Amino acid sequence: MAEAAVIESPAGPGPHPGRVPVGHARAWLRFFRSELRQVFLRRRNQMLLGVAALFPILIGVGLRLASHPRGGGGGGGGLSFVTELTGNGIFLSFIALTILLTLVMPVVVAVVAGDSIAGEAGYGTLRYLLAVPAGRTRLLAVKYSVIVVFALAVTFVVTGVALAIGAVLFPIGPVTLLSGTTVSLAEGILRLVFVSLYVAAAMASLGAIGLAISTLTEHAIGAIAALAIFVVASEVADQVPQFAVIQPYLPTHWWNSFDSLLRVPVDSSTLLKGLLSFAVYLVIFGSFAWARFTTADVTS
Amino acid sequence: MTDVRAVPPGLAGAPGAAAEPGAPGPAAPAATSHGAASPVGAGQALAVSTTGLTKRFRGGQVAVDHIDLAVPRGSVYGFLGPNGSGKTTTIRMLLGLAFPTSGQAELLGVPIPEGVVRVLPHVGSLIEGPAFYPFLNGRDNLARCDAADRTADPRTAADRINTALDRVGLLAAAGKRYRNYSLGMKQRLAIAAGLLTPRQLIILDEPTNGLDPQGTREVRGLIREIAADGITVFVSSHLLAEVEQVCSHVGVMRTGRLVFQGPLEELRRTGAARIRIETTDPAAAADVLQKIGLPDPRIAGDEVTAPLTDFSPERICADLVHAGIGVRGLGVVTPSLEELFVGLTGEGFDVDG
Repeated sequence: MAEAAVIESPAGPGPHPGRVPVGHARAWLRFFRSELRQVFLRRRNQMLLGVAALFPILIGVGLRLASHPRGGGGGGGGLSFVTELTGNGIFLSFIALTILLTLVMPVVVAVVAGDSIAGEAGYGTLRYLLAVPAGRTRLLAVKYSVIVVFALAVTFVVTGVALAIGAVLFPIGPVTLLSGTTVSLAEGILRLVFVSLYVAAAMASLGAIGLAISTLTEHAIGAIAALAIFVVASEVADQVPQFAVIQPYLPTHWWNSFDSLLRVPVDSSTLLKGLLSFAVYLVIFGSFAWARFTTADVTS
Repeated sequence: MTDVRAVPPGLAGAPGAAAEPGAPGPAAPAATSHGAASPVGAGQALAVSTTGLTKRFRGGQVAVDHIDLAVPRGSVYGFLGPNGSGKTTTIRMLLGLAFPTSGQAELLGVPIPEGVVRVLPHVGSLIEGPAFYPFLNGRDNLARCDAADRTADPRTAADRINTALDRVGLLAAAGKRYRNYSLGMKQRLAIAAGLLTPRQLIILDEPTNGLDPQGTREVRGLIREIAADGITVFVSSHLLAEVEQVCSHVGVMRTGRLVFQGPLEELRRTGAARIRIETTDPAAAADVLQKIGLPDPRIAGDEVTAPLTDFSPERICADLVHAGIGVRGLGVVTPSLEELFVGLTGEGFDVDG
C-alpha cells in the first residue's frame, strides 16, 4: 500500500531522529500534562482558584463574628449546617459548599470549560493543534480530562480552606451528623472527602455541558456566559413550584444532595439519583461535543 | 482566455500517474529537474494531489470548484491567486480542518481527510498567519505544539525545539512572550513550529503576508533552505513576485478554479510574443500585417501590435518597408510573468460574491 511506503520510508538516509513511535498512553499523558500545566499555570485560572479559596475565609469570619458574641443573631437562616457550626468547625466546609455551589463554583468551572475549545479557536491555536495533528477526539478527551481535574481542584480548595478556617475559628471534635448520630472527627473528615468528590462530580458534569457549548463558538466569553446563564436558569426553575415535574431532571437539582452523606445510614438512593443525573448530562453533552467537534469545519 | 485548465501533460492530475512509482511516462519530466533532491524513493511522484476537490459553503457559495492539484515531490509549488480565490479554503481542506463537499485529496499518497492523523506528522504548516498563546514565550509555545504530537519523541523535544528556533533565528528571543514578538518574529515562530520534526511536505499559507521587504526576503531564504533539504514546499501567495524566485511550479487560482498549473517555465511559455510597430500610418501597417498572415493586429495610437506566431521580425519589417510604410520603431514584446499572472487572475478586485 502506498501509504505504508510514505510513513515507513524515511525522507532521507537513516531513521528520523525526532520521530520515535511513542506508546499511545505515554503520548496521551504528555499532551495531558502539557494541557494541565497550561490551565493551572495560567494567571487567570490561578486567580479564580484564589477567589474560590477566599470565600470560605469570608464566610467563616462572618459567621464567627455574627454567632459568638450574641448567641441568637447568626443562627437560623435556612441553613441547617449553620446551627451546627458553633459546635464544630468542620461544618464550615458544608456551609461553604452550599453557598458557593449556587454561583461561584459553577462560574469558576464555566470559565475553564467554556474556554477549552472556544479559547483555542479564538487564539487561532485550534487550527495549529489540529494540524500537528493532535487528533480531534484526542484533543477533546484531553480538554475534558483537564476540566475534570480543575473541577476537583476547585472543590478541594473550597473544602480544604473551609476546613482549615473552621478549625481555627471554631471548636473541632467528634461530628454530630444531621441524623443526630455522632461520629469521630476522622470519620467526619472522611465523609467530607466523599462530599467533595460528589460535588466535584457535579462540577465535572457541568464541565461537559461547558465543553459542548465551547465547541459551538470561537468566543470563549460567550461560551462562559452561556454556561453561567444555563446554571442560573436551572436554579431558578428548581425554585418554582409549578416546575416540580421537571425539577428532578434539571442539571443543578441534585448538587446540594451531598447532605445525604451526612446521615446514618447514608441516603444512598438520593446520592445515586444525583450521580445518575450527572452521568446522563455528561453522556448527552459529551456526545454532542464529540459529534460536533469531529465533523465541523474549523474556520477560526 | 481559452481553457487553460487543461493541465500540461507532465502534471496531469490523474491519480493513475501518481500511483506508478518511477513511471517513465508523463510524470517523469516534472520530477527530473528537481528530482535530484527529492526523497521519492518507493513513494509516489506527487506530494499533494486532488481530483475534483470542491468546497461549497452553507450559504451556497462555491469557494473551491473542482480543482485538480498535482504537486510533484521535491518541488516548490507556488499556489497563487488573489485574496478570496479559494487558496486558504483549499489548504484548510488539505490539512483536514475543513471537509470537502466533494472530490478527493491525497497528501503524500494518504487520502484526506480520513488519513489526516497518519499523514500530518509528516507535514509542517503555516495556516492563515501565525497563532500562538500570547501569554507563553516562544519556546513554551513550541513545546506545547510538540506535546500535542503523538509521534514526537519527548526525549529529544528540547533539542528539536532549540534547533527549530535557531533555524528561524529566534533562539535569542525564545524566552520572550509571544505577545511582545514583532509580526516577522511571529511568522518565523510559526515556521519553526512547522520544522519541529522531520517533514516531507511543508505547507505555507501566505508566509509573507504583512512582512516588510526584509522579512519577505528572510522567508524566501527559509523556503530555499527547506527545499534544498528535499522537502516539498507548497506555498500560497497573492503576489507572484514574492514567490516567483523560489518556485519551480505554480498553480493559479481564480474565483475557486485552478486556471493554470505547471512548471513556472510552462507559464512563461504561454505568454506569446507580439510584434510591436511604431508607424506614421497604423491602419495601413495593420493591413499589411493581416495580408502577410499575422492574426488580429491591434491599433493603439501610432502603434500596431499583433501576435508574432512563427514570423521573424526581420521579414515583417521588410514587408512593411516594401509596402511603403514608414517604420519608426519595431520590436518584439514578451509579457512578463506578472502580466501573465494578472491575465489569468484578472485585474483588481474581481472576486465574485
